[in-house]
Amino acid sequence: MTTVLKVDPEPPRTRPGARRRRFLTDVVRYRWLIFMMLPGIVYFVLFRFWPMYGAHIAFKNYIPFLGIEGSEWVGLAHFEEFFTNPDFPRLLTNTLIVASLSLFIAFPLTIVLALLLNELRLTILKRTVQTLVYIPHFLSWTVVVSLTALLFAIGNGPLWTFFNDLFGTDSNMLADPDWFRPLILMQMVWKDTGWGTIIFLAALAGVDQEQYQAAIIDGAGRWQRVWHITLPSIRPVIIILLILQTGRFLDTGFEQIYLMSNSLNRDVADVFDTYVYFTGIQQGAYSYSTAIGLSKALVGVVLIFGTNWLAKRFNQQGIF
Amino acid sequence: MASTAQKRFNTRAGRVFDVVNIVLLVAVGLLAVLPFVYVLAGSFATEVEIATRPFFVWPNEFTTESYESILTSDVFVRAFFTTVVVTLVGTLVQLALTALMAYPLSKVDLPGRRTILSLVVFTMVFSAGMIPTFLVVQQLGLLDTYWALFLPMAINPFSLIIIKNFFQQLPVELQESARIDGANELQVLRHVVLPLSKPVLATFALFYAVGIWNDYMSPLLYLSDTSKWTLQMVLRQVTAAASLSADEMGSDVPPPAEGIKFAVVIVATIPVLLAYPFLQKHFAKGMLIGSVKG
Repeated sequence: MTTVLKVDPEPPRTRPGARRRRFLTDVVRYRWLIFMMLPGIVYFVLFRFWPMYGAHIAFKNYIPFLGIEGSEWVGLAHFEEFFTNPDFPRLLTNTLIVASLSLFIAFPLTIVLALLLNELRLTILKRTVQTLVYIPHFLSWTVVVSLTALLFAIGNGPLWTFFNDLFGTDSNMLADPDWFRPLILMQMVWKDTGWGTIIFLAALAGVDQEQYQAAIIDGAGRWQRVWHITLPSIRPVIIILLILQTGRFLDTGFEQIYLMSNSLNRDVADVFDTYVYFTGIQQGAYSYSTAIGLSKALVGVVLIFGTNWLAKRFNQQGIF
Repeated sequence: MASTAQKRFNTRAGRVFDVVNIVLLVAVGLLAVLPFVYVLAGSFATEVEIATRPFFVWPNEFTTESYESILTSDVFVRAFFTTVVVTLVGTLVQLALTALMAYPLSKVDLPGRRTILSLVVFTMVFSAGMIPTFLVVQQLGLLDTYWALFLPMAINPFSLIIIKNFFQQLPVELQESARIDGANELQVLRHVVLPLSKPVLATFALFYAVGIWNDYMSPLLYLSDTSKWTLQMVLRQVTAAASLSADEMGSDVPPPAEGIKFAVVIVATIPVLLAYPFLQKHFAKGMLIGSVKG
């Protein structure tokens, strides 16, 4: 206690023991608040931070019998094994492609849909369309994938019939590797484009209508108004979502990919998230798969801080 | 006013755009629900009709055979009730934990508040991943228990922060007078703060409920005992299989091969769709309060 006090930068008027007394008075004064927060803190410690501590098995050779503590350190061996694994380039390509579909196609489509909805002047129609396009967001991936299986069922599925008539083919899209990514993209867009517009529409609702009046008087056309008033007004929201999206770039949505992959499309379907599951949970290679998850998480942190930094460089509002 | 409004829209190109836009958005709206409408129609159709008609929104011949089959199936009925109970209990636990933590964090004078908030934000940016979390669930002895379906994701950090922000902007006067009348903080939360926060809490309760109901990853990771399976697991089993025997479904009636898939999808979705109107009433109000300002 005395050594602590010596290096303590607080002014000398603090008598010895005052800090501890202040701590105790705080605890007494805030006892109810602290008591209420305890379950939440226990939750965060158990399910969010303890796994972070446990993640150090990525640098060990974890054997359940020996326990996390008893297992032997192996340094970066698992990372090396992963990055030199012949599967790595394939996993990286697949992950990057699915991630890009989401960031470069699905995300812009959300903005386009929000802008189109914003131009709709019939309020009843606007509300109805909004209500309809939000619905798919609340369906589970299991339901979405099951719907896909029924719509693309060989021989009688409506979309199977439609696409085969359209392209003059006779393909089984559900098993065809060439169809894997288009299907993933369709599902992504169908499920979440509508829901994604919510935040843009909220931002658009706050745009000062007088700006439009002024622009009209200045002779601005409809497209010019969208470009010079509407888009700039949702720019902060776009940037914040872009930063968050980039941080999750490598999260390809485990459930969707896992449920859509089968023995015939594995080559294009396997991504980091599903690979972690197959090697970790199914094959019991805990340390190896933890190393993969950890690499992925670190890339995510770098990406989120990187885009945040970039946004600030260009004088935009970041999230940190 | 009216003249500028007219000028704004009534150019020729503007009118053409409006018409195209209306047509396009109506099509988008229909596309969002048509797959589901088809499956709903298919669930009441006969095997023959499903196999021969490529697309329909109303069955020619109406039958409830598919539903009779799944409703007499032990596996399905058990999974359904399991999921209902887990969803109800899980939502209550998750919402209680979140609100109990959000309230103290909304008090700006609470010592250590900033540290805790930073740590919460940290968990949004960095997570240990699937395997370390799995090992914790295993070490806590939660594998093959229903707890594993809602405890590991009990507090969503985003929800926590939005609810905290909401509590923070509530007027403090009422809370103060309750305290002067001798209420402790728990009573202030229960009798003053929570009644004022109904829309927000309803929104997040429904988000949590939908999250548990729809979850496929947790049962996949944590439940190996098939008798504990939730509806989503059974749904997957049914729709991924080529066809099922009566034995596999634990049913007396042999299931119609295709129709049953349609019916299971519908039953797994209906509760979420029933919640949707309530959800929609609140989420615009509830969710945007905290999130737009970020």
